[in-house]
Amino acid sequence: MTATQQIEVKDSAARSAQAVDDLRDVQGEKMILNMGPSHPATHGVLRLVLELDGEIITKADPEIGYLHRGDEKIAENMTYNQFIPYTDRLDYLAPLANNVAYSLAVEKLLGIHDKLPERCQYIRVICCELARISAHLLGLGAFAMDVGALTVFLHTFTEREKIYNLIEALTGARFTTTYTRIGGLSRDLPVGWTDELAKFSQEVSVAIGEADKLLTRNKIFVDRTRDVGVISREDAIDFGLTGPNLRGSNMEYDLRKAHPYLVYDQLDFDVPYGEVGDCYDRYLVRMEEMRQSVRLLDQCLAKLPGGPVNVDDGKIILPDKQKVLSSMEELIHQFMLVTQGQDAPAGEVYFGAENPKGELGFYIFSKGGGVPYRLKIRAPSFANLSILSHTLPGHMISDVVAILGSLDFVMGECDR
Amino acid sequence: MPSQPERERRLSPETRMTAKQLAKTLKQQFKGIVSGPVEFRGELTLEVSDASRIAEVCQFAKAEQGFDFLVDLTTIDNHEETPRWTAVYHIYGYEHFCHLRLKTSVSEEESELPTVSSVWRTANWHEREAYDMMGIRFAGHPDLRRILMWEGYPYFPLRKDFPLAGKPSEMPDVAFSDPAPLEGGPFVTMAGGEDSTAREPRERNPEG
Repeated sequence: MTATQQIEVKDSAARSAQAVDDLRDVQGEKMILNMGPSHPATHGVLRLVLELDGEIITKADPEIGYLHRGDEKIAENMTYNQFIPYTDRLDYLAPLANNVAYSLAVEKLLGIHDKLPERCQYIRVICCELARISAHLLGLGAFAMDVGALTVFLHTFTEREKIYNLIEALTGARFTTTYTRIGGLSRDLPVGWTDELAKFSQEVSVAIGEADKLLTRNKIFVDRTRDVGVISREDAIDFGLTGPNLRGSNMEYDLRKAHPYLVYDQLDFDVPYGEVGDCYDRYLVRMEEMRQSVRLLDQCLAKLPGGPVNVDDGKIILPDKQKVLSSMEELIHQFMLVTQGQDAPAGEVYFGAENPKGELGFYIFSKGGGVPYRLKIRAPSFANLSILSHTLPGHMISDVVAILGSLDFVMGECDR
Repeated sequence: MPSQPERERRLSPETRMTAKQLAKTLKQQFKGIVSGPVEFRGELTLEVSDASRIAEVCQFAKAEQGFDFLVDLTTIDNHEETPRWTAVYHIYGYEHFCHLRLKTSVSEEESELPTVSSVWRTANWHEREAYDMMGIRFAGHPDLRRILMWEGYPYFPLRKDFPLAGKPSEMPDVAFSDPAPLEGGPFVTMAGGEDSTAREPRERNPEG
């Protein structure tokens, strides 16, 4: 009988302890909020698991991989040229720049990177800078829209439409360009294209000025971005940030200046960089980069040389169709290239290019032959996003939107 | 970060360290375990023979040689060779603009490397990816979870013995994990073969 009473007492004590625990949960100092993977501010399929204390973030855990397609696995199973369409789908806001970066990496492996004709190099620079303007226009437009300035998006999208028209005339596709080939380009510039480009460069300067007027001294925009998401230079380097995000954190570094590729060392442009590393600085850096890209476009147009666009090597570039049908040697080259691909030497190379989002690098480990043994894509968005769990804690939940917008990432590239 | 005059001294063309000099210093510091450098297309690769000391080598490269940026960390599956795994570290210094590549190999039985996430914080995600794709563990990593595949996924898809078409996995709450509709790549072609089914197998290195 006594024993029964003791059990009852114990039970009620346990219940009360349970009640206290329950109450603590209800009073809950911390709350878990799931943001994404389909949320307009996460620009694709990024998912954030946020731990909140009221409106303040105490812990952030980015979940990525929703767009993982196994590009690196696919690359191990096809020839170098066959992989170019897959690079369109990395940073799908700047496919031309990805095509160029990948081709340069393979050309480095083949040892033909210094044999590219001048015209090819100039056209590739034009491609890269067009892609940069296009990516930054979307990045800024979406960033501004996320923090409440909807109009800018409409302006920048109008300009992007013009870029897409130019790209369509150049490559035959608006989005998935697949323009470069190992050792050259799929085709030369169409007739009259340079005039169109010159016209566009005039127009886009005006549009950039308009976006600048709408945002740079816009009180709401400045209030929402200044001193928000501050990333110090040390943190930016340690977390592997590259591109505009690194430059925003007071770091004057651009691969086009530090390790010039193509003809960037013959062109005149400035590298903008920020001061404190907040969202506003990253915005300013992108804004100025677009102006510098327009400068580069104008210089390329003025200097654009004539001549061939492909290397003169039958083992690298597909021969002229007419010759394939009439000459034995070209027929053999055509057959070998289509069935085996370029015969790469054994060795390993890494090539990183300054893409709109940062350093896009390709590491190719070759055992010889037409197929890479291992191809690693060093995606700038992957490294840029890894800083979120460090930067987000301490910010309000509404700042997440501004910080994500200012980091300007693309999940296609992050997840690969 | 070094002071401004020190930075300028390190960056000026006369006093700037070259990648070769840096590689030599690193080799001297770790006598017997660092070999190379091998040069290919102007890039230097150093081989670290003792994989368990890779973090120490990295720490030295960062602290004493100014390699403050881990560009990339990746792994290679040397299928049917020993040792099976090779880890590749691309390091870079903003103070001297030099790249170096460090490589180290580890056996399949061990499949474990010391983490470098305490040296460069960016290594955290890179190592998680290497673990996710290849199944190599990193000892001392603060949060070694899968990153691109979902938690609980039973395979390591970048291994050479994993078929391109994928494998069905018995995971609840996943929409489908059957081989992809095109079964692993629409443009996979091989020379030879009698008919188009043999030339375009739709599935490389199938099971068994």
